Amino acid sequence: MKPFAFARPGSVAEAVREVSAEPNAVFLGGGTNLVDHLKLGVARPDLVVDVRTLTSRETTDTADGGLLVGAAVSNSELAADRRVREHYPVLAQALLAGANGQLRNLATVGGNPLQRTRCVYFQDVTTACNKREPGSGCAAVGGYTRYHAVLGVPAALPDATAADTCIATHPSDMAVALAALDAVVHVLGPQGARTLPFRELHRLPGDDPSRDTVLGHGDLVTAIELPPLPMAARSTYRKVRDRASYAFALVSVAAALDVDGDTVRDVRLALGGVAHVPWRATRAEEVLRGGPATEHAFRAAAEAELAAAQPQPGVDGGNGFKIPLLTRTITATLRDLTEGATS
Amino acid sequence: MDADIRLTVDGELHELTVDTRTTLLDLLRERLGNTSPKKGCDHGQCGACTVILDGERALLCLALAVAHDGAEITTANGLAPEGELHPVQQAFLDHDAFQCGYCTPGQVCSAVGLLSEVDRGWPSHATADLTSDPELSDAEVSERMSGNLCRCAAYATITPAVQQAGGAR
Amino acid sequence: MTDLLEPRAMGRDLVRRDGVQKVRGTATYAYETPVESPAFCHPVQATVARGRITGIDTEAAEALDGVLAVLTSENAERLASTDDAELAVLQSPDVAFRGQVVGVVVAETSELARQGADLVVVTYAEQEHDSALTVDHPGLYAPEKVNPSYDTDVVQGDVDAELAASAVVVSHTYATAMVHNNPLEPHASTALWDGSSLTLWDSTQGVHPDRKAVCTVFGLEEEQVRVVCPYVGGGFGSKGTPHANVVLVTMAARALPGRPVKLALTRQQMFSLAGYRTPTIQRMQLGADRDGRIRALTLDVVEQTSRIKEFAEQTGVPARMMYTANARRTTHRLAALDVPVPSWFRAPGECPGMFGPEVAMDELAHELGIDPIELRVRNDPERDPETGQPWSSRHLVECLREGAERFGWAGRDPRPGVRREGRWLVGTGVASSVYPTMRQAQSTADVRFEDGRYVVEIGAADLGTGAWTVLPQIAADALGVDVDDVEVRIGDTRYPIASVAGGSSGTNTWGSAIAVAAREFRGKFGTDPRDGDEASGQVDQADTDDEHATYAFGAQFVEARVDVDTGEVRVPRLLGVFACGRILNPRTARSQFIGGMTMGLSMALHENSVWDPRIGQVANHDLAEYHVTVNADVGDVQAHWLDEEDPYVNVMGAKGIGEIGIVGTAAAVSNAVWHATGVRVRELPVTLDRLLTALP
Ligand SMILES: Cc1cc2nc3c(=O)[nH]c(=O)nc-3n(C[C@H](O)[C@H](O)[C@H](O)COP(=O)(O)OP(=O)(O)OC[C@H]3O[C@@H](n4cnc5c(N)ncnc54)[C@H](O)[C@@H]3O)c2cc1C
Ligand code: SF4
Ligand code: FES
Ligand code: FES
Repeated sequence: MKPFAFARPGSVAEAVREVSAEPNAVFLGGGTNLVDHLKLGVARPDLVVDVRTLTSRETTDTADGGLLVGAAVSNSELAADRRVREHYPVLAQALLAGANGQLRNLATVGGNPLQRTRCVYFQDVTTACNKREPGSGCAAVGGYTRYHAVLGVPAALPDATAADTCIATHPSDMAVALAALDAVVHVLGPQGARTLPFRELHRLPGDDPSRDTVLGHGDLVTAIELPPLPMAARSTYRKVRDRASYAFALVSVAAALDVDGDTVRDVRLALGGVAHVPWRATRAEEVLRGGPATEHAFRAAAEAELAAAQPQPGVDGGNGFKIPLLTRTITATLRDLTEGATS
Repeated sequence: MDADIRLTVDGELHELTVDTRTTLLDLLRERLGNTSPKKGCDHGQCGACTVILDGERALLCLALAVAHDGAEITTANGLAPEGELHPVQQAFLDHDAFQCGYCTPGQVCSAVGLLSEVDRGWPSHATADLTSDPELSDAEVSERMSGNLCRCAAYATITPAVQQAGGAR
Repeated sequence: MTDLLEPRAMGRDLVRRDGVQKVRGTATYAYETPVESPAFCHPVQATVARGRITGIDTEAAEALDGVLAVLTSENAERLASTDDAELAVLQSPDVAFRGQVVGVVVAETSELARQGADLVVVTYAEQEHDSALTVDHPGLYAPEKVNPSYDTDVVQGDVDAELAASAVVVSHTYATAMVHNNPLEPHASTALWDGSSLTLWDSTQGVHPDRKAVCTVFGLEEEQVRVVCPYVGGGFGSKGTPHANVVLVTMAARALPGRPVKLALTRQQMFSLAGYRTPTIQRMQLGADRDGRIRALTLDVVEQTSRIKEFAEQTGVPARMMYTANARRTTHRLAALDVPVPSWFRAPGECPGMFGPEVAMDELAHELGIDPIELRVRNDPERDPETGQPWSSRHLVECLREGAERFGWAGRDPRPGVRREGRWLVGTGVASSVYPTMRQAQSTADVRFEDGRYVVEIGAADLGTGAWTVLPQIAADALGVDVDDVEVRIGDTRYPIASVAGGSSGTNTWGSAIAVAAREFRGKFGTDPRDGDEASGQVDQADTDDEHATYAFGAQFVEARVDVDTGEVRVPRLLGVFACGRILNPRTARSQFIGGMTMGLSMALHENSVWDPRIGQVANHDLAEYHVTVNADVGDVQAHWLDEEDPYVNVMGAKGIGEIGIVGTAAAVSNAVWHATGVRVRELPVTLDRLLTALP
């Protein structure tokens, strides 16, 4: 680990100024991802600016009936919040499906969606990785791809040597729920405060896999806003993983469903473990809206969403299984929500 | 680069100058000689370094000491005075809920933390109805203890030990 | 046959003597040894899978304030012996596998050591490497022996003729994954060289074997080296032999005389430096009559070893004695690859070697329409099929029967894939387990009368197995005194020599030595000794029996549930019944059994070191990506045992219990998953992607 300076300024504004002024500075939240990366040599900052005690640790009701969650609220506190449990169960469940209790007590709402990929090559500085070392290539192509993307990736076997190749997934569970809930991110940047839709926070690798999000240097997440969404009271998060707990998602589904008799009035659907971003399944939503609330229709919607999915071959059999797995998991999750609606 | 911090560990106040890179885990183990929290992975992946940090169970290996200036830490060794055992520790002994003992201080602290979380109505992944307060079922205990790996695989005795301590509270 | 000790303390449910220290965290493990101003080490590892170092630039590391030494192949001391290539650390510029140690940085703090290691720049002339195991690898060869000294190939009878005469032949290839021991305490040590002698606090399964290896490598006399290890945070075989880290920490200590140094491998480093179980490919044939009598059994095993050091896992060995067969062939072929050095992992041989055969038995039972328990009963041999010797005791059938009773096996519908409860497909499975009862050749115990108590000293190790608690029980009965009047001291080469805690042989070996010492003590001093009276006993003075085949047996039962939508597997019930001779302490024994069984569950469902042959390393080399079972994966785990005392094995009547729990469990899980889903998973681990396409 290389040495770094540490600062805990007096205010968020000061924190933004300090980071903006130093090109190689980073914010520190709970540290559960950043410190991991410091040790691995994946993150090599000169200055670490602690914001955990600066940003808000409150969750407040907004005027329109939503919630505003301060960036320093811990993942545990948010999951335990009665308002979240009642009105946004998908979010509470997503949080509780992530990491373990000890990590959730440290991890912050600001830091969680900004955690970086778990791609094993990204985490190993002795291998090629465009995200960590732009231009070095992508060791994941044809490698261990079990936890890699099938959506938003160019082709079944992308060019491992190209500088823009990255087939990594975003690992956060919380982010999948936030994508489904149309959350809003509150940002304080060098140019002042702004908001952006959570769905626009993360980006596909495009021509620069090193950037996970659209945030610029010095942009501080100060809060996450949950807009009112009555249908979210019937929502759920289904995470499929390689062991029963304390494991990242192979795939996950965040869903909210509003059914009127046998018809889908409205739906929110987002997928995790499948793309460089928490994947909002807009195509499936379109197919579902106004259609029948049947298992058959759910499967058809899932298949529509996955029509463009690209299995990645790899040393352990690749990740093609994710496509049927997702189809089945989406179908089952929506079915369970419907059954909940009628019972 | 160095920084000055204050830290209370098992009731004792320390004023220290630390390398900004030093984690609370290395600080306790390598400088303060408090090796009750264990290092099993150093990356948040095993739970061996679990303690009670400012009232909640937390891992020490991913916590920079400088970022926790003023913190209060209770390790497994600080849960009860010398010569006595915390009810969770007694329950682990009663159920032989360990073998090599390396994960054990972390398991014990995790159990202490989870019982407090359940008391406050915090849900878990195993809580079927999020709107109600969770019961301390075996499934709840297992899920909540899943952040503590035991390579000796004493899980089947850990869960009843936590139940015993939970029942006694 | 021996005169069994009268069990008074033995068999009692005594609480662990080291329990309070362990629940408080005050038991001191190797790295934690309090020493005056220690220095810290961080290894530098090779980043190519095969090649030659062309340059090492240590300038930046050495310039770092606080760095005390940087050792590489260019400046490290020349070792006295490089016979063991794994331990020939920093002796040449050759790189034999990725992750091999190419240097170590010693510094005032662990942060500086790590930073220094990052600053060392090594350049390589990379060579093409070959690290992928395949069933038809061109380099496959027959090793001279398999671990530790079994015949590589054994052929009995006319296999082809018996196969041809069989009414049913089951013929499949099974595979077990590469898996890493991953004890929770990393491989770690504290070392102090005072200029002429070494004190090594090392996390080891045997202080004496550890010392012997260090003495050989460094050319030291045994008097010059003391190894201390009161507690071990698990080992499961990987701490049974020293690895490169032990040499490295000793070198570092010798480079800084008078200064204690500490070294702990990181979890990531353990995936290339601390041993592992080879992946195995098992080609298996079972030919049988309609009534289930096995006519032919063949098991041809392919596995790997490292190019620089051979370790041949004895995977085919249990199939030589488990069941009857008119003809039988078991073979082992190895590929020597550019990979880290494999080694012992809990029940080497038996653990992987009871996967293929026990799944094949299930397949055969299904083919024949015979209950899987009944099939095993019909093929239960009266004598050891390999040697013809009678069994000292073999109660496999009783284990199967009692397990069936306890598990609720009766009336089981044999059809696969027909039981559904809510979203779960439900099935049950069974498999047998076995483990040889072994006693090591060397171990000595001292008994001394001290302040009204009996002090027993022996350099044994407690890896969580309970030796701290169980050895006093044996000593008490051997001396005929109350267990509270006995103190046992272990884990230090200052005590008499003891064998490695491995192969479930510890209690058998050390206990036998203690019993001899007690006998000698009583013989010399009677029942009214004086302070300071002392006697010693050696295991080779204990009665031995060469006439019998000595094994422990068991049966594992599993209920598996498979999520009908996702293929996720859960195992709500795991039940084992074991016949392991006398159980010396039911409390610690139970922990051993359920620990072994749960580790078997972990092997069945989760564990898989995914090898990336392109770069030559384990891709998922940490505990987030290499999954071991967590608490939520575990439901009701029960271990039961038969009342068995075996007068042929030792005066305790006790067989080993440390490994048998893991044996067979993975097969029982795979068999239960088949019963639940109809999908036969012949390759471990049983992950959801292997089930998905066949789900409704
Ligand atoms: C073993 C293990 C298992 C895990 N399993 C899961 C899992 O199953 N599911 C899951 O979702 N997560 C999982 N996690 C990840 C965990 O949830 C994240 O590490 C955590 O949420 C990150 O939050 P933090 O506050 O600790 O972030 P930090 O580590 O402090 O920061 C993460 C990143 O965000 C930046 N940052 C932090 N705060 C802000 C801010 N306010 N504004 C702008 N930038 C900021 C930092 O610079 C850094 O780049 C796991 C982690 C570990 C170690
Ligand atoms: S997938 Fe992305 S993160 Fe992983 S190695 Fe390739 S570029 Fe790096
Ligand atoms: S050492 Fe902290 S979680 Fe493993
Ligand atoms: S008791 Fe050994 S790791 Fe848990």
